[in-house]
Amino acid sequence: MMSPAVLSKLATLVALAGLFLGRPAAADVLPDNRADLFYSKYSGGGMDISTYTASAHVNATENIGLDYSYLVDKVSGASVDVLSNASVIKDERKQNSINATWIHDKTTYTIGYSNSKERDYISNTPHFSLSQAMFGDLTTITLGFSRSRDGVGDNGGTANNPKVTWVGHAESREYDLGISQILTRNLIAGLTFDVITDDGYLANPYRFVRYYSNSGLGYDQGSQVYPDTRTSTAIEGRLKYYLPYRAAITGVYRYYRDTWGIIGDTVEIDYTHPVRNKWIFEGRVRYYKQSHANFYADIFPYADAQNFEGRDKDLASSENITIGAKATYAWLPDGWKVFKRSTVTADISQVRFKYLDFRDIKDYNDTPAGGDYAAGTEPLYHFNAMIYQLYLSAFF
Amino acid sequence: MHLKLRNASVALGLLLLSACSSVQPWVKPYERDRLADPVMAWDRDALSSAFLDHVYESREGSRGGTGAAGGGCGCN
Repeated sequence: MMSPAVLSKLATLVALAGLFLGRPAAADVLPDNRADLFYSKYSGGGMDISTYTASAHVNATENIGLDYSYLVDKVSGASVDVLSNASVIKDERKQNSINATWIHDKTTYTIGYSNSKERDYISNTPHFSLSQAMFGDLTTITLGFSRSRDGVGDNGGTANNPKVTWVGHAESREYDLGISQILTRNLIAGLTFDVITDDGYLANPYRFVRYYSNSGLGYDQGSQVYPDTRTSTAIEGRLKYYLPYRAAITGVYRYYRDTWGIIGDTVEIDYTHPVRNKWIFEGRVRYYKQSHANFYADIFPYADAQNFEGRDKDLASSENITIGAKATYAWLPDGWKVFKRSTVTADISQVRFKYLDFRDIKDYNDTPAGGDYAAGTEPLYHFNAMIYQLYLSAFF
Repeated sequence: MHLKLRNASVALGLLLLSACSSVQPWVKPYERDRLADPVMAWDRDALSSAFLDHVYESREGSRGGTGAAGGGCGCN
């Protein structure tokens, strides 16, 4: 059920949409036909994930565009909070997404559907959005809605012999409002406001809480118990400035808070620099910090100490910093046969994750009391992840 | 009281936005050559952005505000 506050926000958005849609304007246009092949690899924290994606955008008419993408994630390994409980996993996720876009004057309507499947997780997400350009195209407003219905499973078997038990369902509704605004000849601004409500089984069945006990380790483990609802609000502002020597700098700030008590701040700065008409180089730095959920603890004083208990490291107080670089090369700038142009892009990023109240018990899981460390005094967990991306884009 | 204030705020906001119909574009179409440069695109590579958003959303407590899609997290 939507809360009255969310309904009120939605009513305001609908009123605004009605106001803006009443204004006639000159027609907008669809982007070029495009095909992409994408490969990425994430490696860090005991996880290796390779992602392969093929996608295409085709304009069926002047006003109607169609998009399709197919994605496969190949996952091996397991993160630290799973390694302390279970065996290493191998899994695969497949995602199909389809979108249709219709442009009518200055209004763009998009409707789409996405299906994601793993052995132990299924997600179906229809979504709808509309955007309206106004005030001589100085302003574009976008309203979006999506609704996910997920099935959550627990694989109690092995990689080669899975035994999945379906433990629950989760539903998610997302409402977003975006504004893009031209401020000067060199400066544009963007603002996004996003509300997400969740309902159902929201815990991760592979992760456990721990509590002090008289066992040899000094602790025992129990199941996580999460609230079955969650509402989050995120607001992001961004500015992009065209520098005097043909380059651009972008500044982004996002504020996040939710009903689980997590408050997050994200700051990002990007710099984009073309060289002749062959290359575009980009560098970025991103910093993120969050407080822990109000039912999170690395170790609880005793079993069932609270109604809700979690020890998922994603709910812990943490911070991370990303440093990334990207290079795009126009290898067919003048086109070839049906292709107008084509580019190849390589992107590499390093993310340094640091946890402020989540401890690394993986290497100390022997008696007495976690080796050299008493329960609850193990080193705080941290890890570095590398992200590689390589993709080919052809426009026709 | 709060409800009245909120309704009044919404009404005032809509009134102000209606007044915007007379706003003239202060950056003319022929002055937007720099903004049309590919380096000024908000998102040159939607697949890459969606992928990075997914990486962060699967490992941080925050989500939303960036236009990322849903789906499983591959985060065991």
